[in-house]
Amino acid sequence: MAQKEYAGVTVDVNDEGYFTNHLQWTKEIAAAVAKEEGLELTDKHYAILEFLRNRFNSGEALSIRSINKSGIVDVKEFYAMFPGAPLKRSTKIAGIPKPSSCI
Amino acid sequence: MSSSNEKPLKKVCIICAKGTIEDVYAALVMTNGAVMEGIEAKLFFTFFGLDAITKKQMKKLKTATIGNPALRMPGNIPFPSLLGVLPGVEAGVSAMMKSQMDKLDIPPVDEFMELITAGGGEIYACKLAMDMFKLKKEDLCEHVSGVLTIGEFYAMAGGENTQIIFT
Repeated sequence: MAQKEYAGVTVDVNDEGYFTNHLQWTKEIAAAVAKEEGLELTDKHYAILEFLRNRFNSGEALSIRSINKSGIVDVKEFYAMFPGAPLKRSTKIAGIPKPSSCI
Repeated sequence: MSSSNEKPLKKVCIICAKGTIEDVYAALVMTNGAVMEGIEAKLFFTFFGLDAITKKQMKKLKTATIGNPALRMPGNIPFPSLLGVLPGVEAGVSAMMKSQMDKLDIPPVDEFMELITAGGGEIYACKLAMDMFKLKKEDLCEHVSGVLTIGEFYAMAGGENTQIIFT
């Protein structure tokens, strides 16, 4: 298993860079992962990360559609905030596994 | 795993020419999936596929209950073609398909298209088929960016690592 250092803390990641232990995640670490991804996190970003983590913790599947139910942003804003592949990038920054959903 | 000399896909142009639930959803899932991966995606509806973007029809898509040998009843029993011709059977089967999809959080057609366009994907209609079916731009749903000739479609399909997919 690979390890990476973010914000002075060593965390366990898989070969794609996703956290293998979501409990190692902190907001400071998230900012460091985001920086590596070329993103600057705002309060809105943190709110989404929180939403994704809560959904993961309650065992619910993550899909692009579920973002509309977050009450934080709509899908269009979500794409703008995490450009490219938003669900993949946001879950990486949120310290949770890459979603396995096709939608 | 991809080998090191493989270049990632940059653009997909997907064509849907049929109007059944499964044909339309296959195209929608592929298009939305591309958008989600950061791949540029264009979805082109032609012939009976136009039902998927026609305001009047898009909420009434059906699955064929005749001529569909893979259709089975609960318990894996083959679906008799003679049953498929009875009034209401096609509607019932289609409602069942839709409820199964809803359980998997697969959105209805219009919402699916909203997700695609929100992510920058584009949806187009075929001009020739529109003329054939006597459809006008106003008959199409708001998610459609335009009506294209085949030449215009090919013009959009240029660029490195682009694929045209006919579903």
